[in-house]
Order: sequence, then C-alpha cells, then structure tokens
Amino acid sequence: MSRVRSVLSQLWPRVAAIAGLVLVWWIVYATGFFNRAVLPSPGQVLGAFGDTFFEPHPPRESILAATQASLIRLVVGLAIGITVGTVVGLAMATSAKVQRSVGSLMSGLQALPSISWLPLAILWFGLTERAILFVVIIASIPAVAIAAASSIRLVPPLLVRAGRTMGARRWTLYRRVVLPAAVPGYIAGLQSAWALGWRALMAGELISTGNKGLGHLLDANRQLFLTSNIFAVMLMIVVVGMGVEATFGVIDRRVRARRGLLLAT
Amino acid sequence: MRAEPALSLVPDLGEAPAKLSAGGVSKSFRNARGGTVSALVEIDLEVRQGEFVCLIGPSGCGKSTLLNLFAGLEAPDAGDLRIDGEPITRPGPDRAVLFQDPALFPWMSVLSNVEFALEMIGVAKAEREERAMQWLRRVHLGHSANAQPHELSGGMRQRAALARALACQPEVLLADEPFAALDAQTREILQRELQEVWSETRNTFVFVTHNVREAVFLADRVVLMSAPPGTFVTEHRIDAPRPRDFEDVLLSKVVVDIHAHLTREVDKVVAREVRP
Repeated sequence: MSRVRSVLSQLWPRVAAIAGLVLVWWIVYATGFFNRAVLPSPGQVLGAFGDTFFEPHPPRESILAATQASLIRLVVGLAIGITVGTVVGLAMATSAKVQRSVGSLMSGLQALPSISWLPLAILWFGLTERAILFVVIIASIPAVAIAAASSIRLVPPLLVRAGRTMGARRWTLYRRVVLPAAVPGYIAGLQSAWALGWRALMAGELISTGNKGLGHLLDANRQLFLTSNIFAVMLMIVVVGMGVEATFGVIDRRVRARRGLLLAT
Repeated sequence: MRAEPALSLVPDLGEAPAKLSAGGVSKSFRNARGGTVSALVEIDLEVRQGEFVCLIGPSGCGKSTLLNLFAGLEAPDAGDLRIDGEPITRPGPDRAVLFQDPALFPWMSVLSNVEFALEMIGVAKAEREERAMQWLRRVHLGHSANAQPHELSGGMRQRAALARALACQPEVLLADEPFAALDAQTREILQRELQEVWSETRNTFVFVTHNVREAVFLADRVVLMSAPPGTFVTEHRIDAPRPRDFEDVLLSKVVVDIHAHLTREVDKVVAREVRP
C-alpha cells in the first residue's frame, strides 16, 4: 500500500508538469493568436502521432520505422565511440604523457560541437550512413575518454594500497580493484556520451538529407508543411530520450546504492 | 638501538629469530613547498617471531612511515628492511595491513571482500566461501557476511578488515591505528577481541597507536618514538600474562610511566610549533 503511495508521490509532479504544459498550449491555441496551420492543437498532434506511428505515408516513413532507424544508428555509433573512448581514456589514465597530449586534444574536441564535423564528414564520406555515424562517434569519444580517465585517477589510493598489501599486482590490481572502483564515474561518462550522441544524430539526420530516421522525418514533414506531424516526431524524440535517461538512472542508482553512495530518501 | 636511558631494562627475547628487521632506516618526504621533511632518522628495530610490538609516539614521529616501509608500500632513502632475513621490496600477503580506515572494497559484500584476500593467496574457488565464513565467524560477523560494507557500523567494518587480513594467513600483521576512529566502547571491545584472536594465531604483530593504554594492553613490547624526525627513545617490555585486564594495577603503572615519557616528547613538538 505504502509502495503504491510512494510511486504516486513520485509520479504526480511529472504528470502535473505535462498537464500544465498541455493546458498552456491549448489556451494559446484557443486564443487564435497564432495561425492554426502554424500551431496545431494538442489533440491534432496526438492525432498525427496516432495516424503515422505505424502507418507510413509515402514518401514519409512511419514514426516507428524512423525511430528504429535512428536507434540502430545510435547503438552502432555509440558502440564504436564508447569502445574508442574507453581505450583512449585507459591510456590517458595509465600514462602522464598520453594524458597531457591526447588528454588536452580530448578537452579541445569536447569544446567543439560535434555537428560542426558534418560538413567535413559529408565531403569525406558523401551523403552516406557513414557520415552520420562519424558525427555520433566523434560526439561520444571525448566524453567517454575524459570520464574514464578521471574516474580512474580519482580512485581512492587507500583501496589500491589495500589491494597491493593483499598481493594484487599489475593487471590483477587494475582489473579487480582500480576498474571496479572507477565504475560510478565511468557510468556518468556513458550517460553524457549517449546524450551528446543523440543530439548529434538528430542534427545529422536533419541536415544530411539522408532517407530515414527521426531527424529526416522532421525535415520531410517541414517540406510538406505538416506542423502537427513535426510536433509528433518531436514528441517521439523526447519519449526515446526520457526512456534511455530513465534506464541509465536505474543502473546508476543501483550501482551507487550498492556502494552506499546514495543518500537515503 | 640508540636510546636515552630506558625506564625498564628490556630483557632479550631469547633465541627466537628476528622476523622483521630495520637497520639504519631513514626516510624523508618532500612537502608542498618543495622542502624536505625528515620522517625517520637511522632507525634500528628487530621484531621477533610471534612478538607483539606497539609503536607509540607524538604525531608526525614517523611511526606510520615505518609501518609503510615494513609493508613495502614505500621504499627507504637509506638502510634496509628485511623479513626472515630477505629484503622487503614490495607489498605482499605475507604482511597483511590493517589501516585506520577499514579500506573494504565498497562494491563487494563483506564475504566477497574476505574471499578476495583468499583468492589472492591462491585458495581454490570451492574452498573460499567456507574459509571466509570461518574468519568472519571468528570476528563475530557471520550474520553480516552478505551485507555491503556501508551497511555495517564502524566497529563491524574494522572487524571485517581484521577477518580479511587474517584470511591472508600472514606471517606478519601490520596495523596503523586501526581503532583510532572508533568510539571508546567499541574500541575497547575490539581491543579485547584482537587480543583473543591474536592469542590463538600468534602472528608477529607491529601495531602503531598513539593510545598508551591500548599499547600496554596489547603489546609484548612498547617502543616509544621521539618528536620528529623519529628516532627511538625508549622501550618497555610488558610481561603481564594474557588475557589481560584493563583494570590491572601493574599495567596501569606502566601506562603512567610511558605517558610521562610520551608527554615530554609531545611537549617538544608543541614547543617547536609555537616558537615564532
């Protein structure tokens, strides 16, 4: 019973926020201040969402198909970006020289919005899948590398000393003590890598006039002046984002609760 | 041993061979301003097989440094350190260490922490759980084996650290003020438990503390270190039979003696600190 109540108490602020937003939106729509072709009503958007979720309207694909295409790109891009970023981060953590050289490159790269790589990527790879993937990969590498390196450097020295006095050395020490101790910081890096990768992907799909994906669907709807459908696709982007974010939240909380890093609420 | 006249003559421990030895050991550190701070100056110390030695001294006297040198966590600037006559070059499970912080791995259960120590000394996987549980029961933690370290009280965590150290089956136990962060009651309980366990295992033990009562209660020999840079001032042999009692009048007398000595060393430190 109390469990139901605690779920409700967590849920109602979110529901209230969404309800408030929809209400304001509806009021603005009802006043007729904006042309109704420019600003559709919440109901029209929901209708467009329902109409096009499963059903493709050629030349536009369905929202579901576009979501699938975008998620596949995201997963492939992140898999490569996280792998490379992790390797670079480990190298940065192990060698001061690599940290100073590659590490500063990573900081510089992070300051550069990844979408600014797209013009170059298109020249290098053409209007292909690879150009979009490149932007996702380049967005995620520095976040992962910097988080991996700094979380390893911040491992409490006492734990390393304890491991050494028990006879753990080199690779064993690294694998059994240093890496597990660095996990919470690394997860934070993955979280920001996914967020950066997702933004880069949407921008990439929007600009590169590919032929599928949520970003592309946005642009296709714009060309046909279908504002309701634009809103519907944006809604889908938010839903995907919140879903992934919530998944990371659960993992992060589990890891931290296990280690006593979570304040009791 | 270079020393001022000792309060009590220390009888030789007889024929027991030196388990640990430090000869002419010096160590200094670089401070934040780039200067050099001398922590230990030409220290000689021998610890016999099965002997319980407490190092005591004012803060900054280098007692923890000496312990880290024996542990192999640091290297001396001069002099040599040996275990069984072999030079100490790096840390190893033959010299288990108890730190002031229990230093349990927070991502592992209490049981897994002890199993980790067993794994490091090459105990087969099938045997680990059983043996880890034996050590945990020994320190009255059998019921908390599956808890995470953060779920335990400070005293229980330090017990778990003791179980982990003992599980290494070390020849030497090194302890760096392991009970300093505990409240007075818990500390006394753990001192009794440590005495109990040690009476059975009889590991060679070097125990750093700044608590004279604790030192006298636990040790065969209490070595008093000087104001920094650390050298040895005097040492006391505590011959009282075990199990000992905190209320023992003879022990209390030794405590008073050592305390007087320690106070003098602490006064020197304070005088140096307040001098303009």
